[in-house]
Amino acid sequence: MLDRALKGSQGYWGWLIFLLVLMGIGLGCWLYQFFEGLKITGMSRDVSWGLYIGQLTYFVGVAASGVMVVLPYYLHDYKAFGKITILGEFLAVSSIVMCLLFVFVDLGNPVRIMNVILYPTPNSILFWDMIVLNVYMLLNIIIGWNVLAAERKGIHYQKWIKVLIYISIPWAFSIHTVTAFLYAGLPGRHYWLTSIMAARFLSSAFCAGPALLILLCLIVKRVTNFDPGKEQIRTLAGIVTYAMLINVFFFLLELFTAFYSQIPGHMHPIVFLFKGLEGVGNLAPWMWAAAVFAVLSLVLLVVPSTRRNEGTLAVACAVLIAATWIDKGLGLIVAGFTPNPFDTVTQYWPTTPEVLITIGVLATGFFVLTVLYKVAVSIKEEAAA
Amino acid sequence: MMGVDRREFLKITGYAALFGLGGKAAMDIFAPGELEASMQGPPLTEGKRWAMVIDMGKCLEQQAKGKDGCKACTEACHRVHNVPDWGNPKHAIKWIWQDKYEHAFPDQPNPFMTESVRHQPVILLCNHCFNPPCVRVCPTKATFKRESDGIVMMDMHRCIGCRFCMAACPYGSRSFNWGNPRKAPKDLNPDYPTNRDYPERSKGVVEKCNFCAELIAKGELPACVQECDKIGAHALTFGDLNDPESNVRTLLQEHYTIRRKPELGTEPNIFYII
Repeated sequence: MLDRALKGSQGYWGWLIFLLVLMGIGLGCWLYQFFEGLKITGMSRDVSWGLYIGQLTYFVGVAASGVMVVLPYYLHDYKAFGKITILGEFLAVSSIVMCLLFVFVDLGNPVRIMNVILYPTPNSILFWDMIVLNVYMLLNIIIGWNVLAAERKGIHYQKWIKVLIYISIPWAFSIHTVTAFLYAGLPGRHYWLTSIMAARFLSSAFCAGPALLILLCLIVKRVTNFDPGKEQIRTLAGIVTYAMLINVFFFLLELFTAFYSQIPGHMHPIVFLFKGLEGVGNLAPWMWAAAVFAVLSLVLLVVPSTRRNEGTLAVACAVLIAATWIDKGLGLIVAGFTPNPFDTVTQYWPTTPEVLITIGVLATGFFVLTVLYKVAVSIKEEAAA
Repeated sequence: MMGVDRREFLKITGYAALFGLGGKAAMDIFAPGELEASMQGPPLTEGKRWAMVIDMGKCLEQQAKGKDGCKACTEACHRVHNVPDWGNPKHAIKWIWQDKYEHAFPDQPNPFMTESVRHQPVILLCNHCFNPPCVRVCPTKATFKRESDGIVMMDMHRCIGCRFCMAACPYGSRSFNWGNPRKAPKDLNPDYPTNRDYPERSKGVVEKCNFCAELIAKGELPACVQECDKIGAHALTFGDLNDPESNVRTLLQEHYTIRRKPELGTEPNIFYII
């Protein structure tokens, strides 16, 4: 099946080469980081996680959102999604590839990564995150590949695959819950120490992931002969709308608790994000942009005519992805460390090598995604022909 | 000679003689470490829950004597443990250091506090928490609480550098080697490494105060305490919290003390007499 990835148009190869160049630049920067240490990043003793861990968090969400096509199809027998479950599953696989790489590039001592397995430590949430992410990736590879292979042969996939599919559904929820627990159980980090964290993560995942999937479906429709379908995109848009409404609602709940209680520890990280604290406010323009994007996406999604129009829907999805990315991929991590344990503020902004490494990992994920989508779409085209 | 009565001792030495062992060798096999401990005054190697009481009054008195205050404990500790100076607060490695009162105790804000109190220097170090969140989150057991004496230890050869412990520590007591310590600015670290007997770190690992586990094992007080005593300030008292008769327990009986962020349930083992 993988041979389908070796035959493609000029545009396909051009895109892959473009990604390979970005991967090469990222690898070069990572080698520089490997030899010099993480001091080449913008991280510090006060903001000791940054862009890398933010991306881990964001893409765990994208990975988990694959369940938003799998669940309606397999649990509710919503037949239309049968056509695009494979796209959701392969998006999950490539997202997890990115997540694992983002953890890897964040490590101070990457050559010791196997210590996590050599000295298994069940009281560490990172240990469980490693397990749930790897198992989720395996589940999606096995399920996606076998279902696709069966489709190619024109037969029904084997029964044991169905068992894995049923396991994969709660598993998707588990990966983002466990990832939220990385943050939500740390004493003294006010912005993270909230029991709604896992719920917020899931809601933002279930809007951002399917929004990305809609954009991917529209691209697939444009560049291949496979049409993911009007109804499919329309249903996905409905899911995105509800999830984004819940996501924004959950965030407003956080604002209420912080600003009605007036407890400084609860207010300060949010003030830092939107206004700045002790003279450090470099994230404020970003956060306000995220707020505007969030409102704009909701307007476009809630109004039926703009939601049903593919052009305005694409805009809604793009600004929604930007809004959730700023919130989760950038603000969440930095605000967790702000103010620091001494109630002072240290500014964080990623350095150029740090950004290039991040882009390199993203390119790797999209490379995997392109190859997997190429295989899937080729087989869908053959089946249709 | 704990746990070994005269009769048992004779039995052990008898058997030892039978196998051609005797004296110290026999002790090392049947009761390792006990001979050394029994030969010293206060058995520094036998604490069950090490703790420190910091007398802020004495510390401030000493601070007032110098023009730039007093950095004796920090300098001694960082020299003994090969802690480099990066010259950049973002990459600073800190085992024991000073910060203003308002930063050390941010949960005690008071707008009417005088400037001098607000800015009073407070000695900070790892709290060696009884319930350490850093240990809870470490994915490799590279940081662990030593069950025998409660010291929160760091295995720098196992640490993968994920920095989860730094996110978990509510006291900012953990430092990361953002670069190779040997590449720290030479003009700031002309004599680095300052102590050939203590290992240096590689880049990419977390480190912190270890309560001088290596000195305690030899029956010596932590370097900061030794230094503070040497200059005659005696502001730092190190002892066993588990022993009701110990020096630290006596101080806690006689003085009102506070700990940093006690509401988080970490049970710090560093106490401040204010």
